[in-house]
Order: sequence, then C-alpha cells, then structure tokens
Amino acid sequence: MNDPRRLATLLLIWTALLTMPLWIGAIGGYTELASRVVVMGLAAMGLNFLLGFAGTLSFGHAAYFGIGAYGVGMTLKYIAPSTGLGMLIGVAAGTLAAAVIGALIVRLRGVYFAMVTIAFGQVFYFMAFRWNAVTGGDDGLTDWHRQPLDLGAGVLDIMHSDLAFYYFALAIFAAATAAMALLLRSPFGRTLIAIRENERRARFLGIAVERHLWLAFLISCGFATLAGTLYALLNNFVDPRALRWDMSGNFVMMAVLGGMRSFWGPLVGAAVFVVLQDFVSSRTENWMSIVGLIFVLVVLFFPRGVLGILRRRSVS
Amino acid sequence: MQQLILFNVFNGLIVGAFYALMALGLSLILNLSGVINFAHGGFLALGAYLAYSLMPSVGFWGALLLAPLLTALIGLLVERVLIRRLYGRDPLYSLLLTFGLAYILEDACRFIWGAQSLPYPVPEWLARPLSTEFFFLTGYRLFMVVLVALVVGGLFLVLGRTRLGMRIRAGTMDLETVGALGVNVRVLRNLNFGLGIYLAGLAGVLAAGMLGLQPTIGSSLIMPSFVAIIVGGLGSLPGTLLGGLLIGIASGLATVFLPAASEAIIYVMMGLVLLLRPRGLLGEEGRLT
Repeated sequence: MNDPRRLATLLLIWTALLTMPLWIGAIGGYTELASRVVVMGLAAMGLNFLLGFAGTLSFGHAAYFGIGAYGVGMTLKYIAPSTGLGMLIGVAAGTLAAAVIGALIVRLRGVYFAMVTIAFGQVFYFMAFRWNAVTGGDDGLTDWHRQPLDLGAGVLDIMHSDLAFYYFALAIFAAATAAMALLLRSPFGRTLIAIRENERRARFLGIAVERHLWLAFLISCGFATLAGTLYALLNNFVDPRALRWDMSGNFVMMAVLGGMRSFWGPLVGAAVFVVLQDFVSSRTENWMSIVGLIFVLVVLFFPRGVLGILRRRSVS
Repeated sequence: MQQLILFNVFNGLIVGAFYALMALGLSLILNLSGVINFAHGGFLALGAYLAYSLMPSVGFWGALLLAPLLTALIGLLVERVLIRRLYGRDPLYSLLLTFGLAYILEDACRFIWGAQSLPYPVPEWLARPLSTEFFFLTGYRLFMVVLVALVVGGLFLVLGRTRLGMRIRAGTMDLETVGALGVNVRVLRNLNFGLGIYLAGLAGVLAAGMLGLQPTIGSSLIMPSFVAIIVGGLGSLPGTLLGGLLIGIASGLATVFLPAASEAIIYVMMGLVLLLRPRGLLGEEGRLT
C-alpha cells in the first residue's frame, strides 16, 4: 500500500460504495439498484479472477451463479428459514458443481475451454427449467423471503429494509474481495499469473498447471456462487434466466467493459452495465439491440475497458 | 411401443440433422478463423424470417433457394465490416462481438416480424403423411432429411474436390503458409464465413417449416450445436456431422424413456466424451486449443 495512487483508488472506490445509497437516488436510481451493482460486481470480479489473472475464459459462470441462487432460495423455502444457512448451502452446492465440471475441463485451452463451459452451463439451466416440482420451472422459485439476520448482539432486519440489505451485501462483498486480493498476492496467485503469461515455462518449472487451473476455476466459481446467493436474496425470487448463457455473457462483458487486467475493473464494468441496462430497459422494449450494440462497440473501440483507458492516458 | 421408439428415433434423426447443419457451419468458421460464432443462431432465425417474407412473391421453393443465399450475403457483409477486425486477437473478443450480434439479430427479428410465433406453410403434398401406419412420417420430414443429406454431401464435395475447398482445408491446418503461397486469406475467410452462414440460413428455412417461426428459434438450436462439435471432435467436420446425428438420436430416445432428461442427456454425453476421450470422437490429437 506504499503506492499513493493505489491508496487513492481504494479510498475512492470504498467511499463511493459506502455512500452509494445516499446519492444514487439523485442520479435516478434506487437502493435495490445499488445492491444489484454490488452483487453483479462481485460476480464479475469472481469471473475475472479466472479470466484476468489466470488468463482462462469461462463463458458459463452463470451456471454457478444460478446454483447459488437456487440453493439459497430452496433452503429458505423447503429446509429452514435461515439466510445464513441458505447462503452456506448455496455456496457449497455451486462450488461442488464447479469442482466436478472443472475436473472434466482443465485440460482444455482457449476457444475450446470457452465452448465447453458454455455448453456445460446449459445442463443446470435445463435442470432448473424442467424440474418443475422443485424449482418452479419457467415461472421461477417463489413464495419465500430472505430472513432477518441474528448477529448475536442484535438483529439486522434485512427482510424489511432494502438499506440494511445493501450494507449486508456490501459487507459480504468486502470480505470476498479482501479474500480475493489476498489470494492474488499469495504465491498461488503469482503462480496463476505465471501460467497466464507462459504456460509452457510454468510447466517446465515444475508447476502443476492443471491443478492450479482447477483450483482457480473452483475459487472463481465460488465467488460467482456467493454473488448468486445475494442475487436471489435481493430479489426474493430466482428463475432459470439467472443461469442461462446470456447471463454468462453479461458477466464477461462487465469484466471487459471495466478492464479485465485490473482488480477493480469488473466492478466498474458491472456498475456501468447494470445502470445502463436498467436505464435502457425502462425506456424501450428493444433494449436487447442496444445492449448488443454496446457489446459490439466496446469490442471494436474500447477493448481495454474503462480502467484500461484511464490507465493508458495517465501513463502517456 | 416399437412404433413409438421408431417415431422418436426418426424425430431425433431430423433434429440431429438440424444440429449437424448448424454445427457444420460453426465448425467451418471455427476451424479456419478461430471464431466461435455465437450469432449463428441469429443468422438461422434471420434465414427463416427472410424465407417467410419472400414466400408470397417467390413461392415455397423460391424461398428455400433464395433465403439462405440472402442470409449468406448478409453474413459476408458482417464478416467484412465487423468480424474481420478481430482475427488474431484473443478469442474473447470475437465471442463477445458475436454474442452482441446474437442479441441484435434476435431483437431485429422481433422488431420487424413481431414476437408472436408465425405459421410457415409448406406445400400440401409435402405435409401429408406417407402412410397411415407411419403417420408421423410426413413427406416434409423425409424431404428435410434427404435435403440435408444432399447439402452435407455437397459440402464435403466442395471441400474435397474444389480449389476453394482445398484452400479452406489447407488454411485450417496452416493459414500462414497458405497466405505465403499467394492465396488471398482475407477473401478465403470471407467466403468460408459466408458458406457457414449459408448452412445456418438453410437450417433456419427448414426448421421454420417444422417448428414455425419465433425470434428465439435460433438460440434454442445453437447450444446443442456446440455439444455436437465437442462430441464429434474439434477440427473434424465428419466428427461434427457424427456428433450432431448422435446427440439428435440420443435425445430422441431419451424422449421415450425419460422425457424430462431429453435435453440434459446430450450434456451427459458430452461429459462422458470429455472424460474418456477429451479430443472428441473423431478429433485429431493435439488440437485442444
């Protein structure tokens, strides 16, 4: 933290996040939108752990996001009215699924890896879609509600207060991103970057590349799953669209839009994407065209993302 | 029971033929240019809707002939203006761009032709069942299978016997050398992309006759096509064909015995293939990138 620019960035981001509910109304938003920014930001940062730092593109992260979402919803609906237990089960289920799928695909690379993750993502979509009796099928999982949190010293009523939920989500976000930053600074994180930069050399140095990538996939999906549990709690609802391929594409877009080579980039990308989508879809039915057009324009003209542009400008 | 199995196997064969047609186009583009064309399903829908609009003036057969060609023309243009810029860059970017294109194409179909599903009439004599015992075997279904077989045969002829086909095959192995030998690689990739999109457009017109028209018709067919490529083996067109037919028949059979799993089964197959033979059934060794 000896770099003053880095300190300033951290200060800026956390001030913005901590005060967001105060000013988001002034720019036409609402508290739930702020929560969505944080939740999607966590999912995109989780994806970027794999994409930006291990250099491996997964186009199927929505599956794990969605498993987390269904996990928490189904726990609250069928097992016990406990938000904490639901999140625990959701994250465990999603991470387990990622462990199995990850083991099947770590030997693949590049385009092939991306294509297989896309295809595998669909399995869970069809499960949610077809298993009507349990998941509610296409109509989604309804008739459940997030429950107040008993913190020992007092009860945090995230059930009735959107604001309390925002700060709850932000606390989870803070813990998760701290863990992510620590992981990236650890020898494990450095090894991932080495694999990204030159896999063959890393292999010659005796690094177990497959095992590292498997673990990175697992961790990355774990963060996405955690975001998924928050997403379900935020909406008090899950439907199969949470784990469909277009959601995976949106996550990748958020990471690229913000700048995938920087730690906070995906959060910036998620903020821009979520606010833009909210704005466009409330004004026109053809929001898909607009979002699609943004995809095309970003790829053609801003492939480094917002933070990438800022960084290049400040260097030159 | 026997008839039910036969019905579903035949149904699976038809569905598999669609998957194969889609997947062959995807494979062509992927093999030569390293681009996963997410917008393939969008082009399929576009082909179907173009045929719908052309039909009143040129008839069923005219639409069948013209709509895929028109779709391919649009494909050539899209490659020329957008996709060409991304060759040689991280595949992430072409994936995202074609993903955005898929959004735009689906939404454009919805905007121009409406969100409700439209009927796609086929000639009376084609829609009739061929016999009373095998009521499900309409002339149209048989016609589709025959046409797909002819088109796939034609594709392999073009690839195996023509100069363009030879260049595409050579470019798949080593594009740089092909370029150094004086072949215009830009034109080659452009034509190859158009060929792939032609197959998507054709699949769209045929699918419209069977399923009717909806803006989402493409996105429901694209995922199984990815599975077909992976099961068949990356880099192998015969593999892609085999993969498409296999997963089609498998999901047809699953409809008989375990209807809820008719979609999931193809992903189970994919998992098994990746576990036992990561390069796919007919994939070449060392092409896992």
